[in-house]
Amino acid sequence: MDFTSPIREPLVLNQSGENNRPTTYHDVTNDICRQVEAAPNVRWMAGMAISLIVLMWGSYTLYRTWFFGIGEWGLNKTIGWAWDITNFVWWVGIGHAGTLISAILLLFRQKWRTSINRAAEAMTIFAVLCAGTFILMHMGRPWLAYWALPLPNTYGSLWVNFNSPLVWDVFAISTYLTVSLVFWYIGLIPDLATIRERAKSPIPRFVYGLLSFGWDGSAKTWARYEMVALVLAGLSTPLVLSVHTIVSFDFATSVIPGWHTTIFPPYFVAGAIFSGFAMVLTLMLITRYVFKLQAYITLAHMESMNKIILLTGSIVGVAYLTELFIAWYSGVEYERYAFLNRALGPYWWAYASMMSCNVISPQFFWFRSLRRNIYVTFALSIVVNIGMWFERFVIIVTSLHRDYIPSSWAMFWPTYVDVGDYLFTFGFFFTAFLLFAKFLPVVNMAEVKTVLKSSNPASPNTYIPGETFVEEATPVTASSGEKSEQTN
Amino acid sequence: MATQEKTKFLVGIYDDESTLIPAVKKIREQGVQIHDVYTPYPVHDLDHYLGYRRTRLARAAFMFGATGTFLAILMQTYMMGFGWPMIIGGKDFVAPPDFVPVTFELTVLIAALGMVATFLISNNLGPGKKALMFDPRSTDDKFVMAIDLSKNHGHSQESIEALLSETGVSERPKEKEV
Repeated sequence: MDFTSPIREPLVLNQSGENNRPTTYHDVTNDICRQVEAAPNVRWMAGMAISLIVLMWGSYTLYRTWFFGIGEWGLNKTIGWAWDITNFVWWVGIGHAGTLISAILLLFRQKWRTSINRAAEAMTIFAVLCAGTFILMHMGRPWLAYWALPLPNTYGSLWVNFNSPLVWDVFAISTYLTVSLVFWYIGLIPDLATIRERAKSPIPRFVYGLLSFGWDGSAKTWARYEMVALVLAGLSTPLVLSVHTIVSFDFATSVIPGWHTTIFPPYFVAGAIFSGFAMVLTLMLITRYVFKLQAYITLAHMESMNKIILLTGSIVGVAYLTELFIAWYSGVEYERYAFLNRALGPYWWAYASMMSCNVISPQFFWFRSLRRNIYVTFALSIVVNIGMWFERFVIIVTSLHRDYIPSSWAMFWPTYVDVGDYLFTFGFFFTAFLLFAKFLPVVNMAEVKTVLKSSNPASPNTYIPGETFVEEATPVTASSGEKSEQTN
Repeated sequence: MATQEKTKFLVGIYDDESTLIPAVKKIREQGVQIHDVYTPYPVHDLDHYLGYRRTRLARAAFMFGATGTFLAILMQTYMMGFGWPMIIGGKDFVAPPDFVPVTFELTVLIAALGMVATFLISNNLGPGKKALMFDPRSTDDKFVMAIDLSKNHGHSQESIEALLSETGVSERPKEKEV
C-alpha cells in the first residue's frame, strides 16, 4: 500500500447526506452500480430522446450524402475540403483526452485519473467513430472505402500508396480505435464481474456474465492485469501522440500556403489534448450531477483538468503566434498573404473566434477560484470546443478559399446537409455515451478502490458493524470506528 | 470440471488489505500452501507475497511488437518496391522514411492485440467462461483466501482453521467444495 501526503486533497470524499462518514469499498460498489441496476431516470430519458431526435435528423442528411454524393455539401472547385475534414479533425482531437488520461497519466502515476478514465476512454471511442463517419462520407463513394486498405485486387494488385499521409492516417486512426477499445474493455472486465455477482435477475446475470469473461479477481490474474495495463499504457502513449501528428501530416506535407508548416504536429497534439479535456469536463460535470457522483468526481479532479487546459491552451496560443511570426520571417509572399488573409480577410470572424476562445478564455484558469467553479468551468469547456472547431475551420477553409489565381477565389458556405451531417455525429455521440452511462459503470470501481485509502489516510476503510456478517466465536479484530489491525 | 472429483477448499475472508498481507505472510511461513487470493482490486505486491513468479507478458508484448515491425516493413517494401512499383513524385520505390508511420502503427497494433490475447488465454478468460467464485463479495469489498485442503496433507483442517482465525479473518472460515 502506498501513501499520499495528507496535504493533498482526498480523491474520494466522504459519503454525503445524513450518513456523513468515510466512503468504504462497499459504498464505492453501491454508488457506481446504482445507475446500472436502477431503472433509467427521467433526466436520462430526456437526454436520450433529444439525442435520438438529432440522430434521426442527421440520418436523413447522411442518407442524402450517401445517395447524391458530396455535391450536397457547400464545396466548390476551389474549396474541396471544408466541414467534413474540419469535423473529422475536431472529433479525433476530442478523442485524445481518453487515452491521455488512461495511458500518460498512468505512466506518470497520477492517481486522480482513476475516477475519470473509464468515461474518458468511452468518449474517445465514440469520438473516433464520429471522426470515421466524415472520412467515410468525404470519399463520395463510401462503399468503396475498403480501397484505402492494402488488399489484393483485380487490378493486378495495384496497392495503396505508402508515401501518402492519407494512407498513414488510415492506419493511425484504425490502430488508435482498436487499441483504445481493447484498453477500455480490459479495464471494464473486473467491474463487469462485480455487476455480474450483484445481479439478481437472470438476464443481467447472463449478459454481464458473458461480458465479464469469467473474471474471478485472483491475485495471479490481477498481477497479469496490471502488467497488461502498464504495457498498454506504454504503447498507447506514443500512439496518442502519433495519431494527431499523422493527422497534421495530411496538411503539413502539402504545398498549400498555411498548411505547409513544420510546427503542425506538436501544435495539433496540444490542441487535441486541449479540446479533449474540455469535452471530458463537459461530459463529467453533467454525469456527476445526473448520477450523483460528487464524492468521486470532485472539485480537485476538475481543477487538475483545468490546469491541463490552461497549459495546452497556452501552447496552442504560442503556436498561433509562432505561425504568424514565421509567415512574416520566411519572406514568402504566398505564406504572408495566407496569414494576413486569415486574420483580416473575409473569414476574419472565424479567426477572431478561434483566438478569443482558445487563447484568451483558458487564461481565466490562472485563478484558483475560477478553476474550482463548476459553472465557469462548464461554460469555458464549451467555449474551448467551439474555439477548437473554428481553429480547424480556419486552417482548412481560409488556406484554400483564395487560390493562386484570383479568378478562382471562392467562399465556402455550408448547406443544410453539411450541418445535418455534423448533427448526426452529435446525435450518435450522445446516444452512445448515454447508453454507456446507463449500462456500464461510468467510474472504474476497482481502480478507485486502490486509491480510496491511500488518498485519505485519515479515513480508512472503516469497519461498519451491522453491514457485515459477524459470528460470536470468530475473532473480529476491529470494532466500530477503528481501523482493522492485524493481531499477530 | 464436471467429470473431475470435487476438491475441498477452506475459505478465509478478510476485510482489509492491511490484515490480508500479514496473514498471507504468516500462513505461508507456517508451510500452508495458499491456492489463491481473490481481491476486489489489485493489491500491491500481493503476488510477491504469494510467491508468484513475475509475469512474462511484457516479453510476449515485445515479441509481438517485433513481429509487427517486421511484417510492416516487409509488406510496404514488397508493395511499393516489387508488387507494383510506381513513380510517385520522383521518390524512390522503397523510401524508408515514408514507411515509418505505418510501421509504428502496426507495431503498436500487433503488440497490443497479441499481448491482450495472451493475457486472456493464459488466465482462461473469454466470453462464456465461468468464473470460479469462492465468495461473491470478493468483487465488492472482501479479500478472500482459498486454501486447497488436498494439497496440505501436513496440516489438519482444524489447524488451518485456527491459523486463519489467528490472522484476523472477519468471519468463521468456511468450507467449499469445487
